[in-house]
This record gives sequence, C-alpha cells and structure tokens, in this order.
Amino acid sequence: MRVALMVTCVNDAMFPETGKAVVTLLRRLGVDVEFPAGQTCCGQPMVNTGYLDEAVPAVRAFTAAFAEYDAIVAPSGSCAGSARHQHALVARRSGDRTLEEAVAGTSPKVHELSEFLVDVLGATDVGAYFPHRVTYHPTCHSLRMLGVGDRPRRLLEQVRGLELVDLTSADECCGFGGTFAMKNADTSVAMGSDKARHVRDTGAEVLVAGDNSCLMHIGGLLSRQRSGVRVMHLAEVLAGTER
Amino acid sequence: MPAFPDAARAALADTQLRHNLAHATRTIRDKRAGVVAEVPEWEELRLAGAAVKDRALHDLEAQLLRLEETLVAHGATVHWARDAAEANAVVVDVARAHGVDEVVKVKSMATQEIGLNEALAEAGVAAWETDLAELIVQLGDDLPSHILVPAIHRNRAEIREIFLRRMAQVGRPAPTDLTDEPAVLAEAAREHLREKFLRATMAVSGANFAVAETGTLVVLESEGNGRMCLTLPEVLVSVVGIEKVVPTWAELDPLLRLLPRSSTGERMNPYTSTWSGVSSGDGPQEVHVVLLDNGRTRALADAVGRQALRCIRCSACLNVCPVYERVGGHAYGSVYPGPIGAILNPLLRGTGDPQTDSLPFASSLCGACFEACPVRIDIPEVLVHLRSRVVDGHRGDRVPKPEALAMRAASYVFGDHRRLAAVERTSGLAGRVLRKLGRKTLPGGRPAVEHLPGPAAAWTGARDLATPPEESFRTWWDRTDGGRR
Repeated sequence: MRVALMVTCVNDAMFPETGKAVVTLLRRLGVDVEFPAGQTCCGQPMVNTGYLDEAVPAVRAFTAAFAEYDAIVAPSGSCAGSARHQHALVARRSGDRTLEEAVAGTSPKVHELSEFLVDVLGATDVGAYFPHRVTYHPTCHSLRMLGVGDRPRRLLEQVRGLELVDLTSADECCGFGGTFAMKNADTSVAMGSDKARHVRDTGAEVLVAGDNSCLMHIGGLLSRQRSGVRVMHLAEVLAGTER
Repeated sequence: MPAFPDAARAALADTQLRHNLAHATRTIRDKRAGVVAEVPEWEELRLAGAAVKDRALHDLEAQLLRLEETLVAHGATVHWARDAAEANAVVVDVARAHGVDEVVKVKSMATQEIGLNEALAEAGVAAWETDLAELIVQLGDDLPSHILVPAIHRNRAEIREIFLRRMAQVGRPAPTDLTDEPAVLAEAAREHLREKFLRATMAVSGANFAVAETGTLVVLESEGNGRMCLTLPEVLVSVVGIEKVVPTWAELDPLLRLLPRSSTGERMNPYTSTWSGVSSGDGPQEVHVVLLDNGRTRALADAVGRQALRCIRCSACLNVCPVYERVGGHAYGSVYPGPIGAILNPLLRGTGDPQTDSLPFASSLCGACFEACPVRIDIPEVLVHLRSRVVDGHRGDRVPKPEALAMRAASYVFGDHRRLAAVERTSGLAGRVLRKLGRKTLPGGRPAVEHLPGPAAAWTGARDLATPPEESFRTWWDRTDGGRR
C-alpha cells in the first residue's frame, strides 16, 4: 500500500511540526509514508468563501499529486473533509470532465489521521507516552463532515501517562470557521472566548485537537488571556514516546 | 438594516441579551435532545419528512391547483398573491368588506414576513397578536428575534414592565399588583386577550401545513389562542406560503411527529387544529385562503437552495447555532433569523443587496444546524452555494474587492507547488522579522505576535498569532529527505 501524506497548506507553512509528527508516528507503525511534492492546498479557503472558480487550480494540483497513491492521510478533519466532499463540487462547476474523473479517483482515498490509524491500520495503541493532563476538542468538520466519532478519544485513552479530562460543550464550534474569523471577527471571538473558558475550567495543561486552524484560534485566545494552557495537535501527542 | 457583522457587533455588546439567549437556547436544546433520543427511528423519520416535502415541491403547481380545488369545494375563497403587497391587499379588502376595525391573529410567520400588521394599521384596522410571545413583542413595539419564541431576548422583569406600561393603552389593563412570576404574567395576558377574542368578528391565521387532497389547513400551537381565533370570529383569512402544501392527509404523519419534538421539545404539541373551508353553523362562516409566493418560486428555481423550502419553521437550527446563540435574532434583519434565515432570506429576496449578501457568511459552517434539522436541509451546503452566488454577482465589478484579489492570488499560488514554496520562503522571512519585533511566546515556547497591521488586525484584536516558522514542512522534507538525513 502506497501511503501519501497530505500535509495541508496551513501545516506546511505554519505548523511543520505536525507534519513531522505524522511522519514519525506512521513510520513507527511500519508505514513508509511519502510526501508528494506537487501538493499545495485542498482549496477549502476559496470554496468556503464562495470563490469556487478560484479553487480549481488547487483541486487540479491535488488530483495530480495524489493520483497514484492507495491512501492519502491528512492531519486535519477540515481539509480531509474538503477533499472528500467539496472537490466534486468544484470539478463539476469547472465543466472539466477529466478533472471530475480525477476527483472521483482521489476523494474516496482521503483519510483524516485518526480514521487512518483506527480504520486502516487497526491501531488504537500507537505506543505513545505523554505524561500530562489533557482535554480534547472535537473539531466540527471531523465531527460532522467526516463523522470520526470517538476515534481520537480512543487513541488518546491508550497514551501512557496521559490523563484525559472532559471538556464542557465540547461539540460546540470554537468560532474559527476559516475566513469567518476575519469577516465576522467579533462573533468569532465571542464563540472562541467561551470555548477558551471551558478549556481553562478543565484544569488541563494541554488542549488537543485534530485541526491546527481551530487550535490557532483557541490557542491565540488562551495566550492573550495568559491562561498558560498549551495547544497541541493530536499527531504530536501520538508521536511522543518515553525516550 | 445594517449588514450582519455590524448588527452582530451591536448585539454582542448587550450582555443581558447574550445571557438570556444562552440560557433559553440551552434549555430548549437539552429538552429537544432528550425527546429526539426517545425515537429510535428518528433518522428514518427525517428522511420521510424530507421526502413528503420534496414530493410536494417537485410537483408544486399540480399540488396547489388540487389544493385550490378542494378548498373551493369546501366553501373557501382562494386568492393567489405574488408578493407582500398583493397578499396584504386581499386581507385589507376582506376587512373593509365587513367594516371591521380590528382583527385577532394566530401566530404566523407568513403574515410577519409580509408586514400585514403594518398594512392593516395603515388601513385603520388594528391587528391583535394572541400568541403570548407575539403579544409581548407587539406590546413592546419590538421585533421578534426567534421563530418559535419571538420574545426570547426578553426576561420576565422586562415583560412585566411592558405589560404594566402598554396593556391599558390598547385594552384591558394589567392588574396593578402584577409580579414577574410566569404564571401571573400569563394570567394577565389571558385576561387581556379574552376581551379581544369575544369582541373580534374577523381573524387572521397562517398554516403549518395545507393538505391538497382534502383541502385542509393545519395549525400547531401550545396555548390554544389559535383555536380561539379559528372558532370564535365570523370571518377567517389564512395567509399560507405556497411551500406549505402537503399532497395527502396520510403524509402529515411524519411531519406532525417531527415538528413538536424539534421545536418545543415536546412529544406532542398541545393543540393541533385543522379546518377545511366552511362548516355550516360552526366556526367562521366565511373563509379566505391567500396562497403566497413572495419569492418562493424564486427559491424553487435554485437547484441547490430549493431544499430550504422544506423548512417547517421548527427553529431547531436556531437553538443549536453558536452564532445565533451569541448575536440573537435581530442581527439577521428578518423574521427568519438563525441558520435558516441566513439561507432563506437571500433565496426569497435574491442576492445583490449588501444586507442579504452578508447573511450567507454569518456562519462558521460548523454543521450543527444540518444535524438538528428534522427535514434534513443541508444548510452548510446551501450557505456555501449562496456565498458563491454573492461572489459571482461581483465578478464583473470594475474595481474588485481586496478579498477577491486575495483569492485570485491564492488561486495562482495554489496552482503550482513551486509558487507555494516561494511564498513560504517569504513567510519564513517575515516570521524572522516578526520574532525580532514581538516579545511574546505561546505556552510551549513558540514566538507569537500581538499586533498586526491592516486586515490582519481583525485577527490580532483579541488573539495572539504564532509567527511563521523559518522552515516549511516541504523545505524540511527536501533538506532532510523526509527526516532520513
């Protein structure tokens, strides 16, 4: 099985540690993950802002970069959801039949990280060690667009040394929402502030989620509030070991 | 009405409103979740409800003609109204023909949508709302902010004050010893309204459903005020959106099961009233039905958006929406607020106006609304579709918006990985500069900035931002052969 890492543009440019953690983790589990250099972005920033035509080049680059792989793994529920559910929309509107066919080939092979670990590799104990008090925020797109369910929690529960504490109103959106955070900044901040308060109330040292964009928003608020709570991507927690 | 972001900012500043809303929506949300969980076949029921509405919408012309035929056979007069003005004129004409100067009203979204009360007032006819929450809104000279609980933004102390101040001006005064106990407030409203029920000779209603096969209109309610209006007066006018039609009596079944659990969190609503034209010697002896378009055929012509016409006005999407919970209903600038309002208003009115154009963007696309919708309206899908309609509407602008330029640039960069790598090298450079300027670090040690200029200030107004790393993932992969060197 040839496995490709879809690192996502946000991780590539802003959070490379997450991509490195996925590589470390998958290699530890015996997967020789490859990084197709031709990849750029899933196109979601354009699609969700209404610029469907502008998303075409990104979708084209995506299908070209990932066509030959058996599985595509993304450390982001949002980007995996976009590749799985929005690419067909973009291709259809472009009127390019070749692109539509290419999308039909790549979209079903996309997995969010926890889905790949649990469903494809059959692993819930990934041999991780992380001796901290942690709370988990299920991001909206992994929760509702992909339906990853309790897979991330099952993975976290197997991490040695990790104490998992429940987050109040965990299923509620943090208010990031891509360009929503800029276009409706006040509402976005109001939503995020409530999320940050719930995180602080858990007494956790670390907030974990499967999407760095949501964490960038919640973490930015937690930092401005001088909460001392650190945010980390699920992949980085799962990549950690005792030595 | 200001565009959503501005209206939302004003609402967010009202801490009492946010408190009232958070409390009320949480209460209804929890109640709904409990009664929905009792129904093991809920998903099948949702599919059935959506299918009934779709069947009617796909065959709308035939269903409406059938409805007209059966209503007329039962002695009702049917009117067709293309827009608000035509619908209002019908109601005003009926009132004039009977020489009435007041009508009692059953809670109805359609009549609010067309501004019927204002049109009647202009014609010298007073319209009295008889639903408790609508009465509060009307007496408070206020606007409804929720589909089901129009006065959700008010607390009981405010309601007591409104009753004391206003009831005496329009009828039976509130008792002077009125307290803010809910039962006491309800009793005062009951006494106030009784006078009007007994006096009025004309009533105006909407309908939750209209059954084509039998010519039956259906209203679901909790208080019984609607039933008073539907039985006591001599003349009844029902204003019904054309999307309310249901083909057969049997097909009401899933809808009547979905609606109460989704809206009030009840297993069954206390009052379900049905009426088919005129019954000799019983109830109104003259019945008019106004079939209202007002943008519905426009919405129907939108292949993606037409699913919004399935809406049964339960308001479940409002109660789960984190945006609605924080800004309330008024920010949406319509009687249809929340997620459904964010799609229904642009669909009914058309895009192109700055206020309606702002509504499809009033969502973080979290998807909670779709999950809660009893007739499976994929609200996030329609939101994205309407965003593209708004964007497409500006493609011919002589001066493109900064956002459009940014998206075009992104499109170019994301079209080729070498271009993206070049941008990442620039951002790495910017990161190095920002790290020298900023002194803040995030927990875990990563450098961050607190203040950025230009459009980025929308972010750093309340959020710190991690500075870009010196090396992107792809550069690291190339330099180290994926960590092997």
